[in-house]
Amino acid sequence: MNFELTDERQMLADGLRRLLADKTDLKAVVEGKHPWSAESWAALAEMGVIGALFSEEQGGFGGAGFDLMVVFEEMGRAGAPEPLLEIVLAGGLIAELGSEAQTAHLEEVIGGGTQLAFAHGEPGSRYDLERVAAKARQDGDGWVLTGRKSVVANGGEADYLVVSARTSGEVDDREGISLFLVPNDVPGLDIRAYPLAGGGRGAELTFEDTPLPGEALLGAVGGAFAPIETAVARATCALTAEALGLMERSKDLTIDYLSQRKQFGQPIGKFQALQHRMSELLIEVEQARSAVINLAGHLDAPRDEREIHVSATKQLVGQTAKLVVEESIQMHGGIGMTMEYDLGHFARRLTMTEHRLGDTLYHLGRFARLRAA
Amino acid sequence: MDLSYTDRQQAFRDELRAFLDEKLPKHLSDKVKLGQRLSKEDHEAWHATLQERNWLAGHWPEEHGGAGWNAVERHIFEEETTRAHAPRIVPFGIAMLGPVLMKFGSDAQKAHWLPRILDGTDWWCQGYSEPGAGSDLASLKTTAERDGDHYVVNGQKTWTTLAQFADHIFCLVRTRKEGKPQEGISFLLIDMDDPGIEVRPIVLIDGEAEVNEVFFNDVRVPAKNLVGEEHKGWTIAKYLLTHERTNIAGVGFASQALANLKRIAGAEMQHGRPLIEDPLFAAEVAKLEIALMAMATTNLRVVSAAADGSAPGVESSMLKVKGTVIRQEINNLTRLACGPYAVPFVSEALEPGSNIEPVGPAYAMPATAEYFNNRKLSIYGGSNEVQKSIIAKTMLEA
Repeated sequence: MNFELTDERQMLADGLRRLLADKTDLKAVVEGKHPWSAESWAALAEMGVIGALFSEEQGGFGGAGFDLMVVFEEMGRAGAPEPLLEIVLAGGLIAELGSEAQTAHLEEVIGGGTQLAFAHGEPGSRYDLERVAAKARQDGDGWVLTGRKSVVANGGEADYLVVSARTSGEVDDREGISLFLVPNDVPGLDIRAYPLAGGGRGAELTFEDTPLPGEALLGAVGGAFAPIETAVARATCALTAEALGLMERSKDLTIDYLSQRKQFGQPIGKFQALQHRMSELLIEVEQARSAVINLAGHLDAPRDEREIHVSATKQLVGQTAKLVVEESIQMHGGIGMTMEYDLGHFARRLTMTEHRLGDTLYHLGRFARLRAA
Repeated sequence: MDLSYTDRQQAFRDELRAFLDEKLPKHLSDKVKLGQRLSKEDHEAWHATLQERNWLAGHWPEEHGGAGWNAVERHIFEEETTRAHAPRIVPFGIAMLGPVLMKFGSDAQKAHWLPRILDGTDWWCQGYSEPGAGSDLASLKTTAERDGDHYVVNGQKTWTTLAQFADHIFCLVRTRKEGKPQEGISFLLIDMDDPGIEVRPIVLIDGEAEVNEVFFNDVRVPAKNLVGEEHKGWTIAKYLLTHERTNIAGVGFASQALANLKRIAGAEMQHGRPLIEDPLFAAEVAKLEIALMAMATTNLRVVSAAADGSAPGVESSMLKVKGTVIRQEINNLTRLACGPYAVPFVSEALEPGSNIEPVGPAYAMPATAEYFNNRKLSIYGGSNEVQKSIIAKTMLEA
């Protein structure tokens, strides 16, 4: 057993923390002036942060669960809105399934020149990965795509989209889902972009008889479910690590506030009622850290074992996120509810992590079913 | 023990329902239902409608222009108006200052200010909290120094709700620095058009600016605007906090929010079935409903005790803590019920008069904003920590 980071990962964490502290402009994020900073993105690429999300054979120099954990915990700690999770999802699928021509895009992605999004969720799918109603039908050598994809993070800004569509079977069959790699300017694609509560932007994508060439197909026809589930497992590790960073920062802000804020002639941190609540918070955040470590260490485990950890970690981290958000705001009082103070952004971003890739109750049920199977 | 309402109370409820059916405009109830923000004109129009029927300040005694409701009748009014998605009555004049003036004001003050509250001439806001005085309200620092027929006010108030709409503010100010902090506070009525007052909005975590900072720089206030005795404002503050806590249980709001949650959970689909059929989700909704059923009775126990003439004391603290937590948990589950569509955050779509198309279902649009906005429930009006200290003090130091 060894719970220390390797020297390389520790260096990456330290460098990334400095870079993000320098580059992240929370005011601009909150005011929604731009979805994220192009300057930060270029700096992330230059530092090798995007490359750290891919293995060596994929052209990167990391890609393991603990690489994801290190990178995303720092992103969370900074409250950074850059769409790095979309690289884990869409980039991971391209690396895993892509033809030579398709994987050639990854060099640009790792270099920071290409933005990606994963267009999978739909209005009726909620968090089910197999529930795909969008349809692609074969048309000569190519395909014709029709359907709506909802709350696609970075959907309006991405240069390329990885889009799922059903090529056979019923709406909730695991078989029959296919993926397509699509540039953002294909005909018959309507994009409505909007801000997201935690920073960054999302979009509704509507495909109406969108013609795609045969080589747009990503991976085998009808066989995308297993790779999607694997990519989502990796993204869940990244997202829960980001939540962990957001929790650590919220906790730190609250500790500072309890030491500084005076009421009744003393710092409010002297009141035992608040001391005990702060202790509870620390205990739960350490539990969340262990849960993220569990998932990071099992990303390469056999499918069933991996998925048990996906649901266990997402459930526990979601539950802890709620506690941290609510207690941090409450212990701050009114100031914790203002957008002028950093906690407001962290609280919003942290809360919104529960609305991606399955919430606490969803994964509680899923964990129980996986365990019973 | 008898859990039923009297025939007279039942008749009052029927009368209210008929009134709401006829007089509550659909565009207003739709806004409330969808969680859209109300404009000043929306509030004023609804106040005027209620006042025509003499129900705007129903709990005021008849001699002051009210309907003389007791606490149970007031409770029925809250229950029916929230059920119908009526706008809430803006509390600062009607529920807060009015009762203070009746109890502590001079005859001249009552005659001048009370009718203006009822007919909407004045819009009041509350100047209590300061940057350094929240839970420890008695440490407030805004000063009022006597200068002939005037007080000269300097300092800053914060978290002033709807100050952007208000033309008057009632303030706790320090008139004496010596002695115990509680014994140097006075209660002043201030015209916000007076020179030296500046209002700055505070943007909250839900994207809205419903609270403000209010700055006072050498503001001259006529001495006749002092309510009660000089240096005795703390007594008024404590009285007002109790009044502010009446209906703080918010059973009506909670019932309305629970009904909304059930509607959403019936419309949202999970695994191809309505979310409400998911046993885990259904169990969470059920737990809240069970708590709310008990809460409604806890509230009625307190309310009927008050109707018999005994003052709410530690009970109002209890109602505040439990009532706010239940409402916040309903907001939390509502946010979760909306799933991924709780994430798009188009704040302008919640503004009065907006016709921006919702990104997902209309009910999902305000869910995240409401969850965050209602974190305030356990912070304002005496935070839940302050309430628990009051309860503990009563139990342990009696």
